[in-house]
Amino acid sequence: MSITKAELQQLLNQRIMVLDGAMGTMIQRYNLTEEDYRGERFKDFPHVLKGNNDLLSITKPNIIREIHEAYLKAGADIIETNTFNSTSISQADYHLENIVYELNVQSARIAREAADKYTLLTPEKPRLVAGALGPTNKTASLSPDVNDPGFRAITFDELAEAYRLQATGLIDGGVDILLIETVFDTLNCKAALYAINELLEERNLDMPIMVSGTITDASGRTLSGQTTEAFWNSVAHGELLSVGLNCALGAKDMRPYIQELSEKSWVYISCYPNAGLPNEFGQYDQGPEEMAALIEDFCRSGFVNIVGGCCGTTPEHIQKIAEVAARFSPRIVPVLDLSA
Amino acid sequence: MKRPLMIKPYLRLSGLEPLTITPFTNFVNIGERCNVTGSRKFLRLIQEERFEEAVEVALEQVRGGAQILDINMDEGMLDGEKAMVRFLHLIAAEPEISRVPIMIDSSKWEIILAGLKCLQGKGIVNSISLKGGEEEFKRQAKTIKRFGAAVVVMAFDEQGQADTYERRIEICKRSYDILIHEVKFPAWDIIFDPNIFPVGTGMEEHANNALDFFRATTWIKQNLPYAKVSGGVSNVSFSFRGNERVREAMHAAFLYHGIKAGMDMGIVNPSQLEVYDEIPKDLLEYVEDVLLNRRPDATERLLAFAEQYKGLKKEQEKDEAWRNAPVKERLTHALVKGIVDYIEQDTEEARLMYERPLQVIEGPLMDGMNVVGDLFGSGKMFLPQVVKSARVMKKAVAYLQPFIEAEQKGNVQKAGKVLLATVKGDVHDIGKNIVGVVLGCNNYEVIDLGVMVPAEKILEEAKKHQVDIIGLSGLITPSLDEMVHVASEMQRLGFTIPLLIGGATTSKIHTAVKIEEKYPQGVTVHVLDASRSVPVVESLLGDKKQAFVKQIRDEYAMIRERHRLQLGIKDFISIEEARKNKLQINWNEALIYRPEKPGVHVFNNYDLIEISHYIDWTPFFQTWELAGKFPGILHDEVIGEEAQKLYDDARQMLDQIIKEKWLSANAVIGIFPANSIGDDVEVYNEHGHVIALFHTLRQQNKKAEGLPNYALADFIAPRELGVHDYIGGFAVTAGIGIEKYIEKFEKEHDDYRSIMLKALADRLAEAFAELMHEKVRKEYWGYARHESFTNEELIQEKYQGIRPAPGYPACPDHTEKETLFNLLQVQKNTGIKLTESFAMQPAASVCGLYFSHKEARYFGLGKISKDQVEDYARRKQKELAEIERWLAPNLNY
Repeated sequence: MSITKAELQQLLNQRIMVLDGAMGTMIQRYNLTEEDYRGERFKDFPHVLKGNNDLLSITKPNIIREIHEAYLKAGADIIETNTFNSTSISQADYHLENIVYELNVQSARIAREAADKYTLLTPEKPRLVAGALGPTNKTASLSPDVNDPGFRAITFDELAEAYRLQATGLIDGGVDILLIETVFDTLNCKAALYAINELLEERNLDMPIMVSGTITDASGRTLSGQTTEAFWNSVAHGELLSVGLNCALGAKDMRPYIQELSEKSWVYISCYPNAGLPNEFGQYDQGPEEMAALIEDFCRSGFVNIVGGCCGTTPEHIQKIAEVAARFSPRIVPVLDLSA
Repeated sequence: MKRPLMIKPYLRLSGLEPLTITPFTNFVNIGERCNVTGSRKFLRLIQEERFEEAVEVALEQVRGGAQILDINMDEGMLDGEKAMVRFLHLIAAEPEISRVPIMIDSSKWEIILAGLKCLQGKGIVNSISLKGGEEEFKRQAKTIKRFGAAVVVMAFDEQGQADTYERRIEICKRSYDILIHEVKFPAWDIIFDPNIFPVGTGMEEHANNALDFFRATTWIKQNLPYAKVSGGVSNVSFSFRGNERVREAMHAAFLYHGIKAGMDMGIVNPSQLEVYDEIPKDLLEYVEDVLLNRRPDATERLLAFAEQYKGLKKEQEKDEAWRNAPVKERLTHALVKGIVDYIEQDTEEARLMYERPLQVIEGPLMDGMNVVGDLFGSGKMFLPQVVKSARVMKKAVAYLQPFIEAEQKGNVQKAGKVLLATVKGDVHDIGKNIVGVVLGCNNYEVIDLGVMVPAEKILEEAKKHQVDIIGLSGLITPSLDEMVHVASEMQRLGFTIPLLIGGATTSKIHTAVKIEEKYPQGVTVHVLDASRSVPVVESLLGDKKQAFVKQIRDEYAMIRERHRLQLGIKDFISIEEARKNKLQINWNEALIYRPEKPGVHVFNNYDLIEISHYIDWTPFFQTWELAGKFPGILHDEVIGEEAQKLYDDARQMLDQIIKEKWLSANAVIGIFPANSIGDDVEVYNEHGHVIALFHTLRQQNKKAEGLPNYALADFIAPRELGVHDYIGGFAVTAGIGIEKYIEKFEKEHDDYRSIMLKALADRLAEAFAELMHEKVRKEYWGYARHESFTNEELIQEKYQGIRPAPGYPACPDHTEKETLFNLLQVQKNTGIKLTESFAMQPAASVCGLYFSHKEARYFGLGKISKDQVEDYARRKQKELAEIERWLAPNLNY
């Protein structure tokens, strides 16, 4: 029950669309044990698997389905697959790099089924699946070794290969959109864009691509040092549906950067902040009302086309955000002035 | 409904920070110094892996105002990809540098790709063009677009580089249309480089070079929407090199007019730009007359005017103030500056001041030489200067010698005795002589046995003189084997002194794998060049010998181990398979050119003036250990001044050689019917009788899909096809008569002139080979009668056909020279002789074969397997062991 890029653009011109909230926060609520993560299939696996949330798509698919449905019920138009760490690079931490294709197909299928179920219930509000591609746990433009600034733990080619495999699984599993998110090193993102655009061309697909960067602190820069505009200039070639920011900062601190992106870029803007900044216990305690009020400001200011939540957000947050989003018209996408 | 915001389609680049180029942006400076082809200093830093200092070069430029950094690692001796990646990684870690966008500058696509994979920001690729045709152009543009970089497009197409206004706009328009309509490249990401060429060259057709660039720029900005214009500015003043004042003024004036015409950015040295308004009015007028081609005598007038600036500098050089200093300082000055004019007079003055003449040497002269040694060691003096210093020293010592002998007080205390020799069968000694000079300068006693010295003689002399070290030199590959022999003999005869190995074909790996193990009693060290010989000898004779020897042994053991591992890894195919994968040429007699003048032709006492026009000067500087391409080397920021002096001396001697007929040049060429039979080539006389048989060797390493395993025989039509084909051969020398002058210089203790003469004779011989090859192509064979190349283009081998020489990578077997010499009666016709190792005498000689087919190309044979060597020995009717000895460096077993 896929949707074309043109249909999606039409929807985005009509209203602010809502992305779902955190997956990890929701999984925590189930208090899962090592045995739960292993399931039957990995019960004799020689390494610890607890914490590998993406694996639950295979070992506990019902939990993932339940979470997706909770967000759909709360009013999300787009749900993200449970694949933030489903690259061979990140899965290598769990010695599971060999099952990444399967992980992505499986996660995409679960999300697809959940989305289709809700589209059938409310056909006037089609539900979409965005295949999530995380940043991996390595950086292509920074050295992890302070004594050797020229060292790199990962290359462009290795990243591109890993992303290509992940995107293949997501597409085969039936996603509508590919979402490169939480970009903290733009070079990693460029490798993903390179691999995805190559893959889409080979398969003759025109699948929408979203990119969402992360400004890590008050300096207004990504972890790899770029300012917001430099980041946009670096990814603008990627045939993007949208660009935006997520994670790290709460909505309050994200404002100037979302504004800047919304003025500088000529694609749709997405924004899905954390539920505030983490407290001293690492928990996010910005409530649904409070967060929705901040998002409301973005909507009123005409900064955004897609809103949602990242770490610490729940279906309750998304429900409030969806209510806010419904009351405002979307940002009008700037056009390139080719008149001169 | 609100109207959407309009965003302008500007060129939007980024490093860590954005750089947007709008119509209101002032001229954008692209820093040019991180370029190994343009900056000798940067090249050296990269070659020596002094990356921290190389990063400093980038930082200085950003601090000096560069808004984009151009980075170029295109140098034949570098692993360009690796250097590009390493450097980009390092500057990425410096936020002050990486805030600006990067321009990846390379003519090699792999380097561009490797660079693109390191840029998190949006950079620029410099450059692509239609040179290799539309398909390649589109493919490259598409890839660059996918990486998200902007692109510089050169005005270059299948026909060549645009050099007129019309060609410039024609190519830019065509490139633009392809990029926009077929590749869908964003127009605002396209930057044209419509070729900045030199003006003031004295050639009529160059007079409009700057004007054409300006006009093309204006046209591009008016007709190709959103496209930008850039260029490498320093090219324009190329013919004024050496006169920085004029060059800077010219750059400033060029930019002033270029920017007015619409130029958006340029590759410049931002910290060295003169302000247009501050150029003296008279200079500006002369410069602009040239740039804008305002009057026919503009160049002459500027040249005459520019002399003032040059003249000022020259006068300072003739400063004689140092003559007023005390004698000790004068001696040091003379040694450091290499001035012989007053040396006897000053030495005499010093002699009268000391009690004994020996003390003059041990005192002020050695002190002066220590200064020279320190300066050389720290890279502040270069080899030609040191050789000149040595000349001064030798003259002073020669002057004192009679006084010392009269005193009969024995010899000066030397730091050690080193015996040097070029091994049996080899006649090349320039490098060895330089080593001798350098060691001599450092107070070592050098016993030089000369060239073609047999092992017995070397070892006999070594015993007789009780030397501390033996140094062997050689240039041709058979010498490697002779060195192995010397090492075994040293072991057998109970020597324990260190053995040094040096010369062009020697290498650390050969020394480690083949020589060192033959002489376990002693230690064997490979010495890369003359400047390394001093530290090596010092370590071997000093108190840290143990540690040094251990370090060398460990290192060589590791090299051997690695070599053995690699032997196992590299893929080789059988000779049958290699032959199946030979170069496939679709032979067609209509395409084979019948020689205009077949048979043998002899040229005696050829005009040296004409030969001298064909000289490739770059290797001449290499002989003197000055690395860099001519003529750029003359303006290198580090060695430029010394290179210029050396060049001036060389030109002066060359004039003398020509005027006073020091050397005579002889040549023989021949073109004959020929066919290949397998990997051999049969040569016929006019009646079709076989008069010679050349044997060629075939590459055996496993090739990538679509690449052939070459043998030279592939370039000649096979006999079984019945196609009539031809082959040529040649031998030239420019060294006839050289001995007389070498002897004279040596008698005068003038190593500088002796080495200079040999180096020039070598260059003349190579130039003569180039000249004869052109004559053959245009006249004697005549297959390229209308060819017209500049010397620069000849050096780059742009012509059709090749002239591989026996002993070089395509045919490493020196013994093939014997066949060639018989075929062309070389000794009778030219006076060149072959030694028992097949080295040519005089050393300034070149011989080889001519292949005319357009597919003929140079290649390196690489390693070959035993199956081919056995087959080759059978074909040559030689013992396997003998062939293995000749081909030792090429065996993969």
